Amino acid sequence: MKVSGLKCYAYLYLLFLYAPILLLPIFAFNDGTVIAFPLKGVTFEWFGQMWENETLRRALTNSLIIGTSSAVLATILGLFAARATTRYRFPGKGPITALIMLPLVLPEIMVGSSLLIVLLGLGVDLSIVTVILGHALIATPFCIALLSTALGSLDRSLEEAALDLGETKWSTFWLVILPLVMPGIISSLLIGFVISMDEFIIAFFLAGNEPTLPTYIFSQLRFPKAIPMIMALGTCLVVLSVVLLTIAEYFRRSGLARAGLKDTGGFL
Amino acid sequence: MSDRKPMIEFNDIQKFYGEYHALRGITATIREGEFFSLLGPSGCGKTTLLRTIAGFEDISSGAVLIDGHDMAQVPPNKRSTNMVFQSYAIFPHLTVAQNVTFGLRRDPRTKAEKAGLVEDMLGKVGLAGYGKRAAHALSGGQRQRVALARALILKPKVLLLDEPMSALDRKIREQMQVELIKLQRDLGITFVLVTHDQEEALVMSDRIAVMFEGEIAQLDDPETLYRKPASRRVAEFIGAMNFLDAEVIGQADDGITVVVDGLGQVVLSHSQVSTAHDGTVAVGFRPETMTILQDGQTSDGLETLGVIEEVVYYGDMTYYDVRLNNGKRSVRISMRNLFGRTIPDIGANVRVAWSPGALILFQ
Repeated sequence: MKVSGLKCYAYLYLLFLYAPILLLPIFAFNDGTVIAFPLKGVTFEWFGQMWENETLRRALTNSLIIGTSSAVLATILGLFAARATTRYRFPGKGPITALIMLPLVLPEIMVGSSLLIVLLGLGVDLSIVTVILGHALIATPFCIALLSTALGSLDRSLEEAALDLGETKWSTFWLVILPLVMPGIISSLLIGFVISMDEFIIAFFLAGNEPTLPTYIFSQLRFPKAIPMIMALGTCLVVLSVVLLTIAEYFRRSGLARAGLKDTGGFL
Repeated sequence: MSDRKPMIEFNDIQKFYGEYHALRGITATIREGEFFSLLGPSGCGKTTLLRTIAGFEDISSGAVLIDGHDMAQVPPNKRSTNMVFQSYAIFPHLTVAQNVTFGLRRDPRTKAEKAGLVEDMLGKVGLAGYGKRAAHALSGGQRQRVALARALILKPKVLLLDEPMSALDRKIREQMQVELIKLQRDLGITFVLVTHDQEEALVMSDRIAVMFEGEIAQLDDPETLYRKPASRRVAEFIGAMNFLDAEVIGQADDGITVVVDGLGQVVLSHSQVSTAHDGTVAVGFRPETMTILQDGQTSDGLETLGVIEEVVYYGDMTYYDVRLNNGKRSVRISMRNLFGRTIPDIGANVRVAWSPGALILFQ
């Protein structure tokens, strides 16, 4: 088989992307505290250590609460904003949309430090609530982008048909719009959750004494003994990501089939 | 028909989109039980006018009355009209039966009664037994039937149809046209159809309003519209019409004397004069009102000479471009290809029979 240059490049590129991730499970099961070859044998000790670590569990719980809450908050806000930008015309629409989308390009360090200054100035105590607000702020633009696509591809006469058949604007929203954009909403929730789960800077600034998963991992990197456990944790997170992605893709495809549309892309 | 009570009344409707003047003083009455069409080229305001009946479009001034009631403050969901959308707007996440029963959600009848109504309605539109199918798996024609059933099950006073046939192919379109006419006759509901297809309007309607640039150019029954178009523009939009340069040389109580290019001097009655004036004087006639005579064939009417310039063969019909008596421009004559009739060649000299009664004077 002749391997062309471009094909070679593609394989090398994939290797570059995924080799570090492949090392995670390898060292997570390696019976040794040093992250280096040769491997020493198989052990589940690191997973056990991870399970028994009180602070880690607290960080995980915090991250799950923050991730879920900020995803829900960002998706609800995103839904309103996407609806407004796709259906209505109002003065100042362009500038307002631009302002909402701005956190997409603002350096997170700026967002994080300015939020910290404002919150301290207002006398708000730092807690996971402040992290939720910060994460909702940066996740909302992503949610708007996803939901605008979902709402924008909806035939406007579907809404008019529901009105025409006697429904009010609200019942039309519940009966027609919401079920049809549900795949978009699920995607938006997942994206919001993932953004929050691995966000470090804002969590670092706004969490006060509460650890989140990324800030906890960062704090543990100082201790070489803790590294195999972090590898085990990383393995769990990779598995979780693949599962989430699969769920998202499943809903996206079933949503397409339900709306009778052609599959024109997606994650998988 | 004309003694029926008014169902929809438009009183001097004006509609502006910013600077754009979409509807310019529409005043018309649609009667109860009528099949009424709004016909015009795209951008003439016909869909906008239809949407003012449904309540999807606000009007800048004027009034829309349905069954005698002013609709100014009535939202679309409180109007006794239902609409079949151009895209059909079938809810893709529901089954056929769920789509049809959608409008009955607030109806107090029991589930079983509603299911019976749905099955009955599906039967009427030719979809008996399709209730459990997923709506997104239907063909275009079937979607249209579901849209019809969904609207008609609410027994509206008026059914609004926005270009319902434009997405169907020719065979199904013709079949649907006939079915719609029958359905309308059976149910006795007022139908208002928007279309840009003049043939469709002629086939289906009791009366047609021809619209150009936000105004009604002519409102008449199909036959009057075809035989006596109010203006040159209406004549050109509906069917084909030949126009010959003309000059009026005498006006009298018993008729108007006109010299027509290629036909000579004719006297036309006052009923043969179009009502709208658009500047140029011309005489028009439909392609089928003239006959190319075979050798030895005689005619009851007048005869003139012509030269065949073009022959277009359509199977059942042939169109000829003929220059009459060295006139300034050639005219189109259409002839049925009856058995035994020969088709003259290009360049042949022929005799053409015509009648002054078929002419219309536009001035």
